[in-house]
This record gives sequence, structure tokens and C-alpha cells, in this order.
Amino acid sequence: MIEVRELRREFKIATSKGLRRNYKTVTAVDGVTFDVAAGEAVGYVGPNGAGKSTTIKMLTGILVPTSGDIRVSGVDPSKQRRDLAKRIGVVFGQRSQLWWDLPLKDSFDLLKSIYRVSSQDYRTRLDECVELLGLEETLLTPVRQLSLGQRMRGEITAALLHAPELLVLDEPTIGLDLESKERLREFLKDINTRRGTTLLLTTHDLDDIERLCPRLMVIDHGRVLADGPLDELRAEVTPDRELVIDLREPGPAPDVPGVTAVRSEANGLRHHLTFRRAETTAAQLITQVVRQVEVHDLAVVEPEIDDVIRKLYQRQVAQDAHR
Amino acid sequence: MLAGMTTNVVFGLLRVAVLAAALKAANGEIAEYDIAATNTYVWIGQGLLGFVLLWGNNELAERVRSGDVVVDLYRPWHLQGALLAEDVGRGGYAFLVRLAPPAVFGMLLFPFQFPAHAYQWPLFLMSAVIALVSSFGIRFLVEISSFWLIDNRGLYGFWNVTSGLLCGLTVPIAFFPEWAREVLWLTPFPAMLQAPIDVFLGHGNVVKLLLYQLFWAAAILAVGHFVLQRAVRKVVVQGG
Repeated sequence: MIEVRELRREFKIATSKGLRRNYKTVTAVDGVTFDVAAGEAVGYVGPNGAGKSTTIKMLTGILVPTSGDIRVSGVDPSKQRRDLAKRIGVVFGQRSQLWWDLPLKDSFDLLKSIYRVSSQDYRTRLDECVELLGLEETLLTPVRQLSLGQRMRGEITAALLHAPELLVLDEPTIGLDLESKERLREFLKDINTRRGTTLLLTTHDLDDIERLCPRLMVIDHGRVLADGPLDELRAEVTPDRELVIDLREPGPAPDVPGVTAVRSEANGLRHHLTFRRAETTAAQLITQVVRQVEVHDLAVVEPEIDDVIRKLYQRQVAQDAHR
Repeated sequence: MLAGMTTNVVFGLLRVAVLAAALKAANGEIAEYDIAATNTYVWIGQGLLGFVLLWGNNELAERVRSGDVVVDLYRPWHLQGALLAEDVGRGGYAFLVRLAPPAVFGMLLFPFQFPAHAYQWPLFLMSAVIALVSSFGIRFLVEISSFWLIDNRGLYGFWNVTSGLLCGLTVPIAFFPEWAREVLWLTPFPAMLQAPIDVFLGHGNVVKLLLYQLFWAAAILAVGHFVLQRAVRKVVVQGG
């Protein structure tokens, strides 16, 4: 669905000092290569200024690459922008493609004409989105009077009316409350699994990734730092898992080989133990622990995805320092 | 809408007063314009002003500035064509609420010079529509200049100040000294306002006027097309 080879994009940034104006060249995307197969759901994450939005703009043909090749749905985006636009849907969390003063329904009708969707397809697709996203009551409300959550649901519907093969979402859940986020994720998950629509989304909300994207791409300073399933990245970067046990009576942490007690809380009622995921399984460990102490409750904690990404950045910085 | 209509009529009254005074000082006629032709020029001109929309709202430029133009650019349409279609649609509405009211006001209350031949009416309408297309084309160029300028308010303001004089809104182009008249008719500006008024009044050769207008409408749209293409190829879309 997407093929990207050695993609680069430079910008000239004006730096004014007094009356003199100098330009310096900044590389926003620096040799990015990746593929996305049809039907995948990929999370594209990285800190602000990492090059995410620049990549998205090049994938949608709005920005011309400085060098490198892109194929999206078999098409060169910047050369066949209009062709591509019919095959993909784009949602920018911080911008709106709806007509501000028109009711939601009128915006959809306009898009139907712009994308030349047949009346029958339009009806079924719109009905489906309206039902799944709960938009019935807002269809006749002018867009400017919608809440952000309602508007985002409208934006997603707008991007899906022409049944795109690929849906690109640039921070779709930004600013939404938990319930709206959850509803949106559920819907996206549904169209990805049921309809097979390929998803590529950038986000700062890592729950989005956890819920939606089996595959994660981490980018920083214009380069891909990591690419793979979330679980693998987690295992690779943070080899330790954590076991939290609550004891019946306060006491010392159980002593099991291969396990480190990191800290204890509540006067020895709760202990945090870490263990190598490669060496011990949680099941083995639990068996050994309950043999030693009387356990009231226990939980295995996976490292937060934020930690994973932070470690990836650190690893890259360390590698760069070595060079 | 009502406010626009009222402003239009009030300015029409002012312009009629000023031009009538000038005519009186010049013994009743200046370059083909007697009192009836002058009234007609003013009221048709006031109506056309809102119809061709000489001064736009600079909305596209703002969208370029904020980066919202990405949304317009990733749609499967030709941006200039789509906006032109929107503007022609606006023209249909403006015909009813901006062109007709001041024109009818002038016809009813002032000495008025109606077209001598019936065919001038449809030709006037045609000429007005071509004027709208040219006016759109120039507005479009002014707006997309913001791809390079980031802030195009200087150019936008300059256009708003000079266009009245150049297009024949302030005084008829015929009032200019000969050299200025000749130069102006080589530019696209009279095509946006003076030309349809001339068609209505029967000043000059109708066929020549329409061909002149068509040439410029096509040329301006072509320039807009190429400039937009260049903008999209070359220029940065603002904001993350």
C-alpha cells in the first residue's frame, strides 16, 4: 500500500538578525524507508518536530520530497495528487475539512459530489458511519456548533465516504476526552479489521497505538529509530518485566533467583520485583513466590509504552555519540 | 446582505452627486457621458461591484498562512476550478441581492439610459459574467501570492486601493486623458467593470469588448493555474 525509499525533505528556515536575513537548511525527514502492506494498522510516533507531519504531507502529495521515492496505492503522490486523493482518506486532527457554517449533512453531500460517489454507495457508507459513530442527532447542526468530539467523528466520516483503501490520520484523538477517544478507536479498529482499510496514524497518545496498531514506527530527527510489533519493541528495549505482589502480612520481599526487588511500599506490604522476560516466565516466578510468602494479590506489569519510546530515543542518542 | 445593499446605494448617491456636479461644470457632457448615461454608469457600476466582487475577503490567503490550505490541496479537484465554480455560484446570488437592487433603484428614480437594442441585455449579462471570471482570477492571484509572501495584506490592500481607479469604478475610463485610456485598455482591469458597463450603454464595439474580455479572462485563469502549480511544487505548507 505504501512504499517509501530513502525519503528526504529539507526546509530553508529564515533566521533574522536585525535587518539581515539568513537561511539555514533543516532536514526534517532524513532517509526514511519503510513499507506498509494493505490492511495493516501502523502507528507513526515521535516527539514534536520529529518529521511525522512532513512525512504525512509527502505521502498525501501535498509536499514534494527533496529526494527519495514514494508510492502510495501504486501512485507517485506529488505527481498524481488528484488521482491519489480519490483513493485515500486523510484526517488532520488540528484542521477541518468540513464547511464551518454548513450542517454536517451538507458537508457530506458536497464531498459526495467532489469525490463523485454514487448515491447508493453514499447512502450505505453514510448510514454505517452515522450508526457506528452515533451521529444522528448532529447531522443537521452547523459544524461550528459541534463539540470537538462530534466534529472529529464528522471528520472521520467525511474521510471515509469515498471508501478509501488507506486512511491517514494525523493526531486524530488530540484534545478529545477519554470516552470520545475510546469510541473513535473502536470505530477505527472496526474499519481496519472488518473493511480492511489500511491505517496510518500519528499520535502522541500511546493508548491509541496500544489499542489500534499492531505495528509501531518510531521516528526522531527525521530518521526511523525502530519499526516492528509493539511487543517485540518492548521486549527488545525493556527486557525487564515487573511483578507487583501484595502480601497478607508485612514482611521482606521473597528471595527468588533471577529476580531483583526494586522497592517496597506500605511498610513491606507491597513489593515490586523485576525479572528478565527472556529468562523467567511470569508463571514460573509466581509459583516460586507463593511458595515462600503468603500472597494476597499480584499483578504483572508491562513497561509503559512511553518508557519504551523514551528508551529508544536514548539508545539512538547513545549510538550517535559512539560514532 | 441588507447592509451591503444599503452601503451600495448610499455610495451610489454620493457618486451620482459628484459626477453630476462635474458634468454641470463641463456644460452637461463629458466624453459621451450626459446626465442619463452618467446615472446609468453609476448604478450599473454599483450593482456590478458586488456581483464581480472586485474586493474579496482574502480568505484563501489566510488559509495559506495558517496552513489550512492542505485540506484544499488534497482534495481530488483543481483548486482554482473549484473556487471559480463557488464564485460563479456566489455570483448567482449576488445578481439578485447586489446587482439588481441598485440598478433598479437607479432606473426608477434617476434619468436612465436603457440599452438602445434588446440584444444588449443578454450581451450585458454575458459581459458581466466574464467580468466576474476575470475579477475572480485576479483575486485568486492576489490570494495565492501568500504562498510566497506569507502575509499578502500589503498586496491585497494595494489592489483594493488601486482597482477602483484602474477598473473604471471611480470615474469612467473615458474621462482619462488619451494616453492613460490607451494604456488602460491594454490591461485586464477595465474588463472587470468598465467593459460590461460599456456594453450596457452601447459605448464602443460590443464584439470587440467581449473578445477583449474573453482574452483576459482566459489569460488570467491560465496564469493562476501555473502560479498555483508552482506554489504547490515549490512552497512549504505552514504549520505542523
